[in-house]
Amino acid sequence: MIIFTVIGSFWLEVFLKVGVLRQAKRMFLAIAPVAFVFIAWDKYAISHGHWRFDKAQILGIYGPWCIPLEEYLFFLVVPIAALMTIEAVRTKKKHWRIEQ
Amino acid sequence: MTYTQLAVTAVLIAITFDLYLFSTQLLKRKAFWVAYSIILAFQLLTNWWLTSRNIVMYSSETIIDVRIAAAPIEDLLFGFALVLSVLTNWIRLGVSDKRG
Repeated sequence: MIIFTVIGSFWLEVFLKVGVLRQAKRMFLAIAPVAFVFIAWDKYAISHGHWRFDKAQILGIYGPWCIPLEEYLFFLVVPIAALMTIEAVRTKKKHWRIEQ
Repeated sequence: MTYTQLAVTAVLIAITFDLYLFSTQLLKRKAFWVAYSIILAFQLLTNWWLTSRNIVMYSSETIIDVRIAAAPIEDLLFGFALVLSVLTNWIRLGVSDKRG
């Protein structure tokens, strides 16, 4: 089940606590525009049959554009997990500078 | 457009934002590639779970049907574009916070 994966990533996020959740505004601003574009892509892909979901293995709750709830969670959880990952790397390797 | 075309386009757009439009230059940073490697490992795991159990199914007309860990290779491009876009935006916002 997709929800299993969602729970799996959330555990990772709690474990890696690197201050991403403390910067909620920056996190939201970083994710929102990208998630919007990818959700639009998701809508296009679903309506053109690029991919489809097994109805027996999803919750069956649909958000806007007839996209399963799990997809919305995906576009929230995966970016947060990505941010936590790079911040974890930066915390461990402070000399690997990112900003110029 | 096919999933293949969309995935390649998304990667090119994400690279353009990182290298030229926002000049975050993440693609030139070790921290990005280490973080991406970690993310990729987890992506392969979740991709395998979701596709091998047929939770998500792909139309063979829209992909080139080269599969890695049961999932279409396009998924890796999709994931790369998503991760790079979110991280580019995150770093860009961090820099402007410091300046402002």
